[in-house]
Amino acid sequence: MQRVPQTITEKILAAHAGREYVEPGELISARVDVLLGNDITAPLAIREFERIGVPVFDPAAVVLIPDHFTPNKDIKSAEQAKIMRDFARRHDLPNYYEVGRMGIEHCLLPEQGLVGPGDVIIGADSHTCTYGALGAFATGVGSTDLAAAMALGETWFKVPESLKFVYTGKLGPWVGGKDLILHTIGEIGVEGALYCAMEFCGPVIENLSLDGRLTMCNMAVEAGAKNGIIAPDEKTESYVRGRARRPYQLFASDPDAGYKKVYEYDVTGLEPCVAFPHSPDNVRPVSKAGNIKIDQVVIGSCTNGRMDDLRLAAQVLSGEKVHADVRLIVIPGTQEIYLQALKEGLVETFLAAGAVFSTPTCGPCLGGHMGVLAKGERAVATTNRNFVGRMGHPDSEVYLANPAVAAASAIAGRITSPEGVR
Amino acid sequence: MSEGTAFKFGENVDTDLIIPARYLNTSDPEELARHCMEDADPTFASRVKPGDFIVAGANFGCGSSREHAPVAIKASGVACVIAKSFARIFYRNAFNIGLPILECPEAEEIPLEGRIRVDLQEGVIRVVDTGKVYRARPIPPFMQEIIGAGGLIPYVAARVKK
Repeated sequence: MQRVPQTITEKILAAHAGREYVEPGELISARVDVLLGNDITAPLAIREFERIGVPVFDPAAVVLIPDHFTPNKDIKSAEQAKIMRDFARRHDLPNYYEVGRMGIEHCLLPEQGLVGPGDVIIGADSHTCTYGALGAFATGVGSTDLAAAMALGETWFKVPESLKFVYTGKLGPWVGGKDLILHTIGEIGVEGALYCAMEFCGPVIENLSLDGRLTMCNMAVEAGAKNGIIAPDEKTESYVRGRARRPYQLFASDPDAGYKKVYEYDVTGLEPCVAFPHSPDNVRPVSKAGNIKIDQVVIGSCTNGRMDDLRLAAQVLSGEKVHADVRLIVIPGTQEIYLQALKEGLVETFLAAGAVFSTPTCGPCLGGHMGVLAKGERAVATTNRNFVGRMGHPDSEVYLANPAVAAASAIAGRITSPEGVR
Repeated sequence: MSEGTAFKFGENVDTDLIIPARYLNTSDPEELARHCMEDADPTFASRVKPGDFIVAGANFGCGSSREHAPVAIKASGVACVIAKSFARIFYRNAFNIGLPILECPEAEEIPLEGRIRVDLQEGVIRVVDTGKVYRARPIPPFMQEIIGAGGLIPYVAARVKK
């Protein structure tokens, strides 16, 4: 039989569809290894699932995490979270993570080894694409898709066309995964990868830490992509070894695989990037930000709430003070990250600088709680979206940046690079 | 065939515009409908009537996976969303919950708040005043199967009973 060259995305999907190969554009039914829901999306999924009237196909495959409006901010959100908790108990789901043991879902699942290379993962959360950083196919779906897959253990996909992004050159100081992905989205636009797989590769990606890779894949959806993906390497294996709860499988794209388009970026000289309101593709280098006075800074989220991010922010904030007119809110991604930050003295650095250090939550990223903006206020955030009203009042503004820029801006009271406060 | 007013929105209408996250502490369709499109047009929820349409540019429904977005639109009485293109999660969600959507390359030419008549089966959009006709891309057969079953859940329920 003739060999058909495949991308990593196509290979993973083929393996889960029981096929030799799949082609972009075809509809397939694929086995799903992990299904994810949160306190906003799971209650809807549970309501729909119960209409089908069958048991969960595999209780260990379903991961439920109360992370968006938790610790619950009001009675209504408490009742939503309770629907999920009660469901987890009723169906004996081992992977329900309670407040105090949880984390922001896309920080927690890789950390706990719940997802690994070669997996197919669907989550009722758009940033499920994060796990592509481990060499998995992971994509966001809605609550009803989650409900159907909880019953069947499989779901349908249209095999995406792949876009290849090759990064060469040398990253400058204070430039990382966040800047690579913001730069990319700025280049191709928020619909630049609509329905496609974004495959990140090249020497810069090989040198990037797992935390940086997770940040990049996390924001693939911000370009409209179905999934972001990075071929697993030794770094990936050393990350998943000892964590993975199930056997994993390493896939890589064939050198002659077909791509819809190939983008090449020489990132030498790339500055830290800032996405201006109200779109993640409205990207400028930080030196061209102008004099933007800010009221709040948020460091955290499923995009930048990991150890690398907190270390970077603490490095900038060490011995410094948060500007008198600024509230700095730092949110670790998981309980484990919180504890590690405590052990490394980072929490003390943040508190001494005059910051809030929160329990893990999505909170302010989506204007939920823990730092909602008033009319006319501006925030620099390490989060992923700066849509109208995203962090609070429809007349507030969010500027997306990396953790070092966010920390420096908190000190200066305006958007600046770490060089600007040294 | 249904006739109604075309409420127009621009490109990249995101799910935070369709239903702001501050209202996601409920999944009650009626309550969500009261805040539908609030941050894009605060008058929309009070003006929209059953059978009306949302018409928009490219990448409608980008952003979050919240199914509350198509649920809010459906509960507000909107008969169909017509856009140049849809973000992929919104596209799946709309079919799954039974909100009809049409991809129409010329969606942006449909007149603001004009009366339009839409044939969902044929994907034909007619402007009542001028008689001008726009054609939408045909709905893929697999999606038609889901619609035919009454949404994804009845489709799956029928499958597991086989």
